[in-house]
Amino acid sequence: MADAAPPSKSRDLDKLLLRPGNLVGPTFDPGVQLRDDLQEYARVLVVGAGGLGCELLKDLALSGFKNLEVIDMDRIEVTNLNRQFLFRLEDVGKPKAEVAAKRVMERISGVNIVPHFCRIEDKDIRFYNDFNIIALGLDSIEARSYINAVACSFLEYDSDDNPQEETMKPMVDGGTEGFKGHARVIVPGVTPCFECTIWLFPPQVKFPLCTLAETPRNAAHCIEYAHLIKWDEVHSGKAFDPDNPDHMKWVYDEAVKRAELFGIPGVTYSLTQGVVKNIIPAIASTNAIISAACTLETLKIASGCSKTLSNYLTYNGVEGLHTKVTEFVKDENCLVCGPGVLIELDTTVTLEKFIDLLGEHPKLLMTKASITYRGKNLYMQAPPVLEEMTRSNLEVPLYDLMDKIPKDVLHATGTIDKDGKRSSGLRKLRVVFKGIDGVTDMDMAGGA
Amino acid sequence: MAEPKTKYDRQLRIWGEQGQAALEKASICLLNCGPTGSETLKNLVLGGVGSITIVDGSKVEFGDLGNNFMVDDSSLGQSKAKCVCSFLQELNDAVKAKFIEEHPEALIDTNPSFFSQFTLVVATQLVEEAMVKLDRICRQENVMLIFARSYGLTGLVRISMKEHTVIESKPDHFLDDLRLNNPWPELRGFSQAIDLNVQDPVAHKHIPYVVILVKMVDEWKISHGGTLPSTREEKREFKELLKSRMAAMDEENYKEAIDASFKVFTPQGISSDLQQIINDNCAEIGTGSSDFWVMVAALKEFIANEGGGEVPLEGSIPDMTSSTEHYVNLQKIYQTKSEADYHVIEERVRNILKKIGRDPHSIPKATIKSFCKNARKLKVCRYRSIEEEYNNPSLTELQKYLTDEDYSVSVVFYILLRAVDRYAANFNHFPGQFDGGLDEDISRLKTTAVCLLNDMGCTGLTLTEDLINEMCRFGAAELHAVAAVIGGIASQEVIKLITKQFVPMCGTFIFNAIDHKSQLLTL
Repeated sequence: MADAAPPSKSRDLDKLLLRPGNLVGPTFDPGVQLRDDLQEYARVLVVGAGGLGCELLKDLALSGFKNLEVIDMDRIEVTNLNRQFLFRLEDVGKPKAEVAAKRVMERISGVNIVPHFCRIEDKDIRFYNDFNIIALGLDSIEARSYINAVACSFLEYDSDDNPQEETMKPMVDGGTEGFKGHARVIVPGVTPCFECTIWLFPPQVKFPLCTLAETPRNAAHCIEYAHLIKWDEVHSGKAFDPDNPDHMKWVYDEAVKRAELFGIPGVTYSLTQGVVKNIIPAIASTNAIISAACTLETLKIASGCSKTLSNYLTYNGVEGLHTKVTEFVKDENCLVCGPGVLIELDTTVTLEKFIDLLGEHPKLLMTKASITYRGKNLYMQAPPVLEEMTRSNLEVPLYDLMDKIPKDVLHATGTIDKDGKRSSGLRKLRVVFKGIDGVTDMDMAGGA
Repeated sequence: MAEPKTKYDRQLRIWGEQGQAALEKASICLLNCGPTGSETLKNLVLGGVGSITIVDGSKVEFGDLGNNFMVDDSSLGQSKAKCVCSFLQELNDAVKAKFIEEHPEALIDTNPSFFSQFTLVVATQLVEEAMVKLDRICRQENVMLIFARSYGLTGLVRISMKEHTVIESKPDHFLDDLRLNNPWPELRGFSQAIDLNVQDPVAHKHIPYVVILVKMVDEWKISHGGTLPSTREEKREFKELLKSRMAAMDEENYKEAIDASFKVFTPQGISSDLQQIINDNCAEIGTGSSDFWVMVAALKEFIANEGGGEVPLEGSIPDMTSSTEHYVNLQKIYQTKSEADYHVIEERVRNILKKIGRDPHSIPKATIKSFCKNARKLKVCRYRSIEEEYNNPSLTELQKYLTDEDYSVSVVFYILLRAVDRYAANFNHFPGQFDGGLDEDISRLKTTAVCLLNDMGCTGLTLTEDLINEMCRFGAAELHAVAAVIGGIASQEVIKLITKQFVPMCGTFIFNAIDHKSQLLTL
């Protein structure tokens, strides 16, 4: 006879978490304790409260997680409403993170979601170390790169360059465009990190300026001419603001004039916005599919209740339905998730000299670096208060600042020059001081 | 209210105003509003579907609060259909949302004509018997039907309708229709008027590659007895020939010509996919023929006559390095030819319509135009009835799947998803639904699955114990995240069917949440 189980909100989830199985993760330990621990101790950060973020919060809250936080710097816009289901028309202009957290907590009792209405860079990296898993619902490569670097910065290697499991910060990452999307699992040190497979995201192709200026052939050329060339000619010094409707209208009008001049059809206001803002089409269904796949992986990582995705899923619903799982391999020399860039120094090198060296180091080319050591700020470029507080360290030898430990890991955040393009980034540095006992072994190994 | 154009901007960029209008006209019926159904509708309500009608006879239980976002604590004990309907309505006030508190199985049995009022029915969490009955009803009433089911870490999505035809299939990658190796007189004339040996370097590097290739093909033919480059060696030589005509190494137009030279080598005439469509029995037109097939018949005539083996010209050209003047003129030449081809097709369509006793103007110009532009990309999807598939699955496919490692998990889930329904019909509960007697359930499910396989005509096969155990562990659980995947896929297919854009899935999609190696099975 069937047991009469007491009514439980986790009726369906219990089947998965309370019962043993054969196709499960190596750490799976089914039982009430697992379910309760998941609720009590598992902490998940959702990065982004947009199309994917809204879905992720809902899905996680209904998958046994009770401690969630969400970070997003954006405010709600009307164009979000076709998919970001936690927002209503009257919410337009409010911070996404705050409204999303509130709506999910209103609907699902017992779930706690802490919103953070700020840029991801505004948080100290220790903030990110507080979570067991980070779920990414982002639409930019730069933001993914940043979070990836933060998560990888926690990874520590032992003296044999083996990654240490307890320092791994797993991430799940989703992305969509129209009917297509991807979901992936990143376990730094085990799977490739975002940077190992950065080639999966080729840079956007820009039109050559001479085409725009001399031989426009289609509507997009006319729009980019108005946006990139004509605007500056006419509005000397005034920056173009894509969110200012007057600016957009001006670009549109200029593009129409240029198109007429050259006999080119197809300039519309909608296309103008699309080209200038580089709008990626987005729909609810794809976001739902990808976010749910990411949530399943989050649940599996946290509980071991099934095997995990290994490690990259693509979904394409344009022609029929195609899903594919690809097992990418990590780049052993990855600057972000690898053991780090080895820098050998004399014990006399000051922090200031060290920061200068980072700008010259061919593997780094990092300028304006801020340096942290074991969570402590050695030097901060900004904000001014912190800069002033840490300025005196610049003259101190790094060796002393690192408590005279002969080799250890530092983190540097700064401007990275990569193929002529500047972006902010975080790098892991393994500093080894020359002529100290215990380091000679390593030099020998290197020379053998 | 927000300007709908702004609210829907991100999706209008995908399916356009026509697609949106079709969505706004559609009426959708949902059977069962657990998380799978609720999530399906959520995505459609957000997108602005015309109306939804939710059919569910159950009351909200405590367990529903843990897997469905469209109910909350205050819903306990109330009609699930009512609660879900009101939360869905909050998402978009432009949608007409209704509910009917009744069990779908009862409705299927007692009031089959109920379903004829809808554009499409989404049937979630139905067991086999009800699926077969509903499928029969919807086919008879010409209502589109999608089945969606979440079951533990697996699930399925299956479209069922006699036929779905697509004009705007919008594939991601499709070869341009340039006719480089078969130029019509105007294109050849235009190319001939341009001198490839022009001395002015600025003019030389702004000759569009289409012109370069048309002229060079002619030149090649003269020295090769009128034939195109065909062997690998010849293709290489042709590229070398192009390279030798560059005036400077940085001439983008010549680089583009070399990169595009494969377009010269592609065979003339229509693809085998299109051949199959024009040879279809439906292309023999009768009074009951749909607009699509009337146009296919016209296309068939065109290919055999004016087209000389080709479809109407698509009329658009890709961007390429060129002076504005050359490019705009080239565009006009392609457009003019495309327009002329369209007029021939239109004439043929009108004649066919007259012949079958229909108003010759009953198919709008815009539809015929779109048909001509997309003639190379037409798609016809046909779906076996559930009854046919279940009683008479394709054994060759089944054997193939069972022995193919990529399909091995999905095909077993397919069989087990059917087996649990048989099991439930016999034992009044799903295997593992309750906590006691799991071992007994496992052995019973195994026996049921083996019987099912025998009935399907597959004997002597063993199903992996691991998956049978998993299926019992799942105990018919409807997990929110799995439901969100299944519902997401179902809603995406609904959108493709209603907008008649893109290509819907064929066969049965089996979701595998264990390692995400999901598959489409055509049985």
